[in-house]
Amino acid sequence: MNILVCVKRVPAPGARINITSDGQQVDTAFLGFTVSPHEECAVEQAVQLIEKHGGDVTVLTLGPAEAEEQLRTAVSTGATKAVLVPIDTTDWDPQRTAQAIAKVIGELEAINGKYDLVLFGNESADSCGYQVGVRAALKLGRPIVNGAKGLDIDNGVAIIRRESDAGVEIYKLKTPACVGVKEGINLPRYPTMKGRLASKKVAIDRSEASGESGGLKLITLRRPPERASNTVILGNGPEAASAVVDLLEELGVFK
Amino acid sequence: MIYHRSKINGAKMSEFPKSAKCVVIGAGIVGNCLVGHLAKLGWTDMVQIDKGPLPNPGGSTGHASNFIFPTDHNKEMALLTLASQKQYIEMGMNNTCGGIEVARNPERLEEFNRRMTSAKSWGIDAKLLSPAQVKELVPFINEKIVLGGFYTPSVSCVDSLQTGTLMREGAVKSGNLSVFANTEVLDLEVENGTIKAVVTNKGRIEAEYVVVACGVWSPRIAKMAGANIPLTPAVHQMADVGPIDILQKTNAEVAYPIVRDMDTFCYERQTAGSMEVGSYAHRAIFMHPDDIPSNEASALSPTELPLTQDDFDPQMEQAIELMDMLGDAEIKYSINGLLSLTPDAMPVLGETVEVRNLWSAAAVWIKEGPGIAQLVAEWMTYGYPHLCDPHSSDISRFYPHEKTDHHIYARCDEHFNKTYGIVHPREQWGTQRNMRRSPFYAREEAAGATFFDARGWERPQWFASNEKLISKFNGACEPRPHEWDARWWSPISNAEHLQMRESVGMVDLTAFNEFDFTGPGTMQFLQHMCVNNVDVEVGRSVYTPLLTPGGGFRGDLTIMRLAANHFRVITGAFDGGRDNYWFKRHMPQDGSVIFTDMSSALCTIGVWGPNAEKTMAKATQNINAEGKLVPFDVSQKNFPYGSVREVLIDGVPATMFRISYVGENGWEVYTKMEHGLRMWDSIAKAGEEFGIIPVGMGVYAVTGRIEKGYRLMGAELESEYNPVEAGLNRAKVKSADFIGKAAYMKARDEKPCAIMCTLEMIDNTSKAGIKRYPTGGNEPILTKTGERIVDAKGRVSRVTTAGAAPSLGKYLMLAYLTPEHAIEGNELRVMYMNELYPVRVARVGSQPLFDPTDARMKS
Repeated sequence: MNILVCVKRVPAPGARINITSDGQQVDTAFLGFTVSPHEECAVEQAVQLIEKHGGDVTVLTLGPAEAEEQLRTAVSTGATKAVLVPIDTTDWDPQRTAQAIAKVIGELEAINGKYDLVLFGNESADSCGYQVGVRAALKLGRPIVNGAKGLDIDNGVAIIRRESDAGVEIYKLKTPACVGVKEGINLPRYPTMKGRLASKKVAIDRSEASGESGGLKLITLRRPPERASNTVILGNGPEAASAVVDLLEELGVFK
Repeated sequence: MIYHRSKINGAKMSEFPKSAKCVVIGAGIVGNCLVGHLAKLGWTDMVQIDKGPLPNPGGSTGHASNFIFPTDHNKEMALLTLASQKQYIEMGMNNTCGGIEVARNPERLEEFNRRMTSAKSWGIDAKLLSPAQVKELVPFINEKIVLGGFYTPSVSCVDSLQTGTLMREGAVKSGNLSVFANTEVLDLEVENGTIKAVVTNKGRIEAEYVVVACGVWSPRIAKMAGANIPLTPAVHQMADVGPIDILQKTNAEVAYPIVRDMDTFCYERQTAGSMEVGSYAHRAIFMHPDDIPSNEASALSPTELPLTQDDFDPQMEQAIELMDMLGDAEIKYSINGLLSLTPDAMPVLGETVEVRNLWSAAAVWIKEGPGIAQLVAEWMTYGYPHLCDPHSSDISRFYPHEKTDHHIYARCDEHFNKTYGIVHPREQWGTQRNMRRSPFYAREEAAGATFFDARGWERPQWFASNEKLISKFNGACEPRPHEWDARWWSPISNAEHLQMRESVGMVDLTAFNEFDFTGPGTMQFLQHMCVNNVDVEVGRSVYTPLLTPGGGFRGDLTIMRLAANHFRVITGAFDGGRDNYWFKRHMPQDGSVIFTDMSSALCTIGVWGPNAEKTMAKATQNINAEGKLVPFDVSQKNFPYGSVREVLIDGVPATMFRISYVGENGWEVYTKMEHGLRMWDSIAKAGEEFGIIPVGMGVYAVTGRIEKGYRLMGAELESEYNPVEAGLNRAKVKSADFIGKAAYMKARDEKPCAIMCTLEMIDNTSKAGIKRYPTGGNEPILTKTGERIVDAKGRVSRVTTAGAAPSLGKYLMLAYLTPEHAIEGNELRVMYMNELYPVRVARVGSQPLFDPTDARMKS
């Protein structure tokens, strides 16, 4: 079977995210790059599916030339092919991105045949738009289920499990279909050294990006106000007792 | 934000103190161990701050690989590492796992022989392993690509964070320290050249002493006070891969020996079920301290930056080649870890030269951290360390050009890949050359000089133009058959030596430092600094050691008295910075002594040999009482040994100083830089009829010196040894007080437990039948049965200098020996490249082997 997974290069989280002075970009001076956890899970799920059923996993990204790094990381964890759709800027709006992706998928399918599954992360890690998967599916004319916490394939039918407040929902989609994968569906593997070295040798196909803007514009980025918190360690063991008493006195607890 | 709150002496420590005796900035391995050692030495009222949280504030300590390979060719580093390992053991923080350095290239096997020799010197148990023996200890290694191993059973992993925590908490418990984490230094205040206060985001604190123990941030902090700590943060890449079955099954933090894959500059170190792979093979990647992210802006920590994968890929291939199992293990953690690099790969320790009482304890790695903390604490307490001589770590060693980012980046870029490299003791730097040239450079270059670097100076080591003399002195200028012994060496040096001893040679000594002291307080000041009496007649000179307060060598130099209150200190290129600092640090602050550094104003030519006097008689004039230019009388009668005269050489005003470091009649001749070339040409012309030749440092610093048994600061003369042991004590002691006098007097009353001796090689033929020539890099002197010789103070007998003595037809070595072995004629052994060679004690004490009565210099 053939699976295509869409990923997006985003700054690695874990640190305070600084914004450039013009308010238009994340300051990536000290940041590494990654893809969203949902997308990591999508790659892992695709790799598990071909491990079970055989086939190829193509990983695709629309992004700057540096996004090759994310493609190779996906290959180092089991993806077999990689396609870069290069753009000059860091980001396109969701409509434009979806159009471009759908067009490239169409071109690839004209050569290789249809992908049984096109997987997306549930949402990107940086802009969290929840848009691209749905819009691309629409453009491709294929069904999509988002929030997938389970995904298997049986005789040309994708079986998708997702969680809701009421319980568990099961969807069956006839392939070709699109799925938005949610973190938690699996535990993605790390790259191995051999995987990493092999990924360096894989050829990365390039497809031209084209698409029309949907009109969504970035005005400015702002950091949310930091929540200040002071943690005071009063001491360890019994030695802390007098400091605790002092503090309780200070706070007026003993009045 | 987290901070500690506790009660000490009734004061609420959550209130930031307004003053302290000592503020230590930094809570990594160095800062933590330093407050611990200072408290043990009696320091009270200390404050320690760090901008990060505790116990891991985010510096290099937090991501260190934490292993110790104790063997080092450098004595200072070896002693500091062993002292550190001892402390880790005492605190229960040392996990002995053993370590194997493996060779992939034959050159490395040779290097292992050298490492065996250094291990012997420092008393470290070590042995060489065959590939099969390596495999026995490390079953998952690919022994097929390994040629052999150097195994050290005492290699260990340590817990540097917990060690630091214990040291810090010990100081807190003793009531001498309060600690403030998450406290960022905003400024350092200086008043009259002395540190005054530390300004932080929690408040301002006045302090008598401030220590910068800030690792990669040290330059940034020191700069706030106008001080310079020359280091750069640099990337060391590492990755943690696992889980791996065979490692998990050990159920231990580290069960297998650590492997250093020396020829790929990588290591593999077990961490529980995973393997940590670290590299010193990638390109040098530097970062400016100001560009390091804050704790908040760091995904992991400020010193754990995202791995630049492309740099690491070649190392992964090599790691898999050595241990195939690593290939299928998952890369769970990988970083560009920041550590500190300095231009000469040694730490930066001591009081900053710019600001009094502002100290540096920087560029220190885990393996030497606790030992260095002890050393710095001793230094701050006693005025000089006791543990060992910090000669090559001393912050004052740097010249101004060596403290620039330009120099730091160039040299660090050059030596980073030598971290696991094979570095020859005489190895020369390739970068930052031609920083300083003497006025004679053009003549030297034309004579085919091979230049060695002397702290930026280009100094000729030998001259190709003298190659023709090799046939003249046939038999005394044999080439060295082993490439290692011949590296950075030429038989031309022997020819230059013999020509100088036969006739006359001229030596470029411009790299000397000259410090002028003037003013009414000069005599008193220099008497306070020097062991020997400087109150000599105008026109005379003094050779003198400078001592530490503990009575060990701090300096070794000569002083000319040029006028009643004008003295000129002459010292060498390698100690100029340290001596400059030492004098200035002790100078009275009332203006009664004026210091002028003349080093860049003056150039020097040494003219020595039996025909030196005839040469200089032709070249030298002066103006007589009638105002006429007349030949100057350079005879010993008019111009005795040790005296100084102002003369004219071809019209150039020059200062001649009748002295010799090579044991020949002659002078050091000084003039202004701009007159230098003219003076060189005049002397060369005057000496032409005697066959004068330019002579390189290979003679001045090695062959000429060792034949005369002259000691060198930093080699024979170190703070661990005193003038009695070095054989440099005079019959009388001056009445004036001087630094180290009490200790010196005590040493004079005691029988020395080590005595400087000259040894000769009896047979230098190796087992392979090749003549070998020890380089003089701390090779151990052993008993005939191969036992180390350790004196009552724990110091080991080792070669401090080795070199040919062409006039004696011998190969000589200098070494301290215990009294029972320091007997002329006594036969001992020297280990070189892991083989023993017979040596004989040729001289006990300072009397030269060549021309023992110094007749040549004084007639």
